[in-house]
Amino acid sequence: MATAIGSKLRFGVVIFPGSNCDTDAWHALHDQMGAPVEYIWHQETDVSGYDCIILPGGFSYGDYLRTGAVARFSPVMKAVAEFAERGGLVLGICNGFQILCEAGMVPGAMMRNAGLKFVCKCVHIRVETTDTPFTRAMKKGAVLRIPIAHGEGNYYCDEATLTELKRSDRIVFRYCTPGGEITTEANPNGALDNIAGICNAGRNVLGMMPHPERSSDPILGSADGRLVWESLIGGQS
Amino acid sequence: MAKARVIITLKKTIMDAQGQTIENALHNLGYRGAQNIRMGKYVEMDLNGGPKAELEKQLDAMCRQLLANPIIEDFTFEIEEG
Repeated sequence: MATAIGSKLRFGVVIFPGSNCDTDAWHALHDQMGAPVEYIWHQETDVSGYDCIILPGGFSYGDYLRTGAVARFSPVMKAVAEFAERGGLVLGICNGFQILCEAGMVPGAMMRNAGLKFVCKCVHIRVETTDTPFTRAMKKGAVLRIPIAHGEGNYYCDEATLTELKRSDRIVFRYCTPGGEITTEANPNGALDNIAGICNAGRNVLGMMPHPERSSDPILGSADGRLVWESLIGGQS
Repeated sequence: MAKARVIITLKKTIMDAQGQTIENALHNLGYRGAQNIRMGKYVEMDLNGGPKAELEKQLDAMCRQLLANPIIEDFTFEIEEG
């Protein structure tokens, strides 16, 4: 069911030591979406051949010290930061989101889940803004069913940062009930304001805890994650 | 050569889920006096390269850059000259 939807955005999936969703991301993009995609080794220092870089999920560097803390200093991350400054698209999923936080490419930090458990299940997230290249094919307020799998997804930022995120419409996804209500019960990890995904000020860098690459094929129980790829490579502008 | 010891804890303003869980467990064991438990990290290292003031500067930079995340964590350290 490989169906190319639109233009040939060139994707690169970074592999850190301990990444484990790199193949899933490659599969979703290549086999599900028919998009050109290559792997990027963490020692690379040039990412100029790509349009969109994926920082995949996993346990980079064994999550030693703090999640993402060591990966953030990988040679490739300097190139990715420069790529993002030039307006290149960067999507950090799960551990990728943690790395983006540590690198300061999105604000805030990740803490241990409030319940202390590693949470691996399908959750519902509400689309809070369609004003990003990653969500433009979605409808504002739509509810997506997407899996999460993490022990440190308890997003935190200070009050001034949260106010700024809200003011600039940069909270992209929030955990919600199947009906789209934002409740404490629907929050799987204690994340501030039920935040599941945020973007940077330039709107070209998105960090999200849920895994769109694990929900890009109906056989996996949900294909809602496809909307992220469709936003990027096709979708409405 | 000097010996450096760093202690990293979550900021006081941040709820420490691990600390709270440990506190509950200690209370269950009967240690009712144990209060306000904060879970942290301990890093020790041998440190070469200059007088104590210089080493302190280096260690402070290490903490800010990598060992601690200033958004959520505080750190303290001590340097013992050998």
